[in-house]
Amino acid sequence: MNTFSSARLMAVIRKEMRDYRRKRSIVVTMLILPFMFLIEPVVAIFVVPASSGVSDPRNYVILPVLYLLLIPSIMPSTLAAFTVVGEREQGTLEPLLTTPISQQEFIAGKGAAVLIPTMALTYGVYGLFLLAVEVFAKSVVSSAIFGQGSLLVALILMAPLLASWSIAVGMAVSVRATEIRVAQQLGALASIPPVLLILILAVGVIHPTLAVALIFSIILLGVDVRAIRIVAKMMNRERLVTGSKPSR
Amino acid sequence: MVHGALQLVHTGIKGSERSTAPGGFLLTIERGTAVHPPSASSTFEAGVKGEPALVVRHLTKRFGDRTAYADVSFEVAHGEVFGFLGPNGAGKTTTVRTLGTLIVPSSGTAIVAGIPLSAENGVEIRQRIGIMPENPGLYDRLSVTENLEYFAALYGFRDAHVRINDALDAVNLADRAQDLCGGLSKGLRQRVGLARTLMSDPQIMFLDEPTSGLDPVAALEVHALINSLRAKGVTIFLTTHRLDEAEKLCDRVAILNTKLRTVGRPADLRAQLFHNTLQVRTRTPLANPGAFFATLASINEWHSNEPGTYELEVADVKSAAPDIVRGLVGEGADVISVGESAHSLEDVYLALIDDDGNGTAP
Repeated sequence: MNTFSSARLMAVIRKEMRDYRRKRSIVVTMLILPFMFLIEPVVAIFVVPASSGVSDPRNYVILPVLYLLLIPSIMPSTLAAFTVVGEREQGTLEPLLTTPISQQEFIAGKGAAVLIPTMALTYGVYGLFLLAVEVFAKSVVSSAIFGQGSLLVALILMAPLLASWSIAVGMAVSVRATEIRVAQQLGALASIPPVLLILILAVGVIHPTLAVALIFSIILLGVDVRAIRIVAKMMNRERLVTGSKPSR
Repeated sequence: MVHGALQLVHTGIKGSERSTAPGGFLLTIERGTAVHPPSASSTFEAGVKGEPALVVRHLTKRFGDRTAYADVSFEVAHGEVFGFLGPNGAGKTTTVRTLGTLIVPSSGTAIVAGIPLSAENGVEIRQRIGIMPENPGLYDRLSVTENLEYFAALYGFRDAHVRINDALDAVNLADRAQDLCGGLSKGLRQRVGLARTLMSDPQIMFLDEPTSGLDPVAALEVHALINSLRAKGVTIFLTTHRLDEAEKLCDRVAILNTKLRTVGRPADLRAQLFHNTLQVRTRTPLANPGAFFATLASINEWHSNEPGTYELEVADVKSAAPDIVRGLVGEGADVISVGESAHSLEDVYLALIDDDGNGTAP
């Protein structure tokens, strides 16, 4: 009887989406943040000097492009931090937990409801950036971005992994927090490791190659799986309802 | 400490009046009997004979050093309205959460809607029960219907719209179906919460303070709804602070103050705790009440707190009252009233909770 129900999962996702749409501040915040991160990379492709003097145009575009990875790192943390403590503060968590929904369905539904808009906006912004590169960038810049698979792989592959990390940390904080504000502030800390990672890549401590992108993706995948398992363990009904560790 | 309502057993001696007597007795001069025990419906009686809807055995829950409730045992029959009373912090809500599989007990066992209480059986138990917390917990940015649709989907109902319409009709909210819940009054929100609980057609409904914050008319509607659910055979586990509500609605009540103090029908609990008492008022004090009451065999004890008012402890109210009235009239006394000191459930509650000390859980 304890089987995972995709219908329940979809019900949670649908409800969350409906809820986001009704709250204008959520929609505005969701839209503004990614586009702010788009400004720097787009400006960067215009300021690359004329081709003759540029030894390696990647030096000019790599940091701004990696900057785009901050979108999936930062954007979901606020929403994820709201998932549990927000419901608890509204008084909706207890009625929800009295339904047949399982912990796995609850986590998956809540997580997916944050991941879906995050990825839609992230890839949407990527698309706009690549379109801008294709249309406006100098050929050296264009070839530096499209010609180097590692950059695109890093962008495409690492985005959901970074978002998942951010969501897992945000949800973990949300389970423990007693106030939405505290949860959202602590949830923002989830973006520190990804920011450090991007900095390491950007300053050249590690040279961003395809192999490096793949290795980081695998490591991130492992970290994400571990983080999600920890969150799943924390998502105990008793803990969710009482806000404290279950005791016997 | 005695609290209670006094209702007249016999009238017509010297007219009628309504006043508040010393000691907090409300003297209601009207023909009637003592506080009505809730009528045991045929469904409840039938349920009593069968397998109980809820069996709780030595259930205990501790949070670290703090005991929420300890060694709680009771049974609830199918179709029964079972009142769960107790002061704040007594462990009522924690008990409901435990039986609703939200909290794991520290020890003890329970069978909820025929299924043993365990984490593995959580989903199945939750399919069979409905819990309405004191705060109905609605999504304010969603409409009434959208709130119900969400829960219908979580239960996996294929006939969601039929259930939603039926539930809204049951709580008289069909005309507010498209309203956003954020704009509803507390009473209406409570009704949406009830509709949500009704929608799953549960075998057992746990209602935590369902009339909290409702105006009297809305509260009466909820009472009517509970009675109609009882008639349909739904078992109702009612947590309430309103003792009049419990008395009116519940077949049996349990009084919890960390430990279970008592379980029984309100009338039985009153009988267990209090003697039958008649209160007699005369226009002028009796010249020698001690000598007069000694002549009446039906009176076990008597005392008087004020001139012309006498509390008489009797074995049987119905047989004693006529004898006493005849005796008083024969003695030439002007009898204003003779009434039964009908102890309410509140008296039972206070007597038990007072025994525990300050009335709050440790």
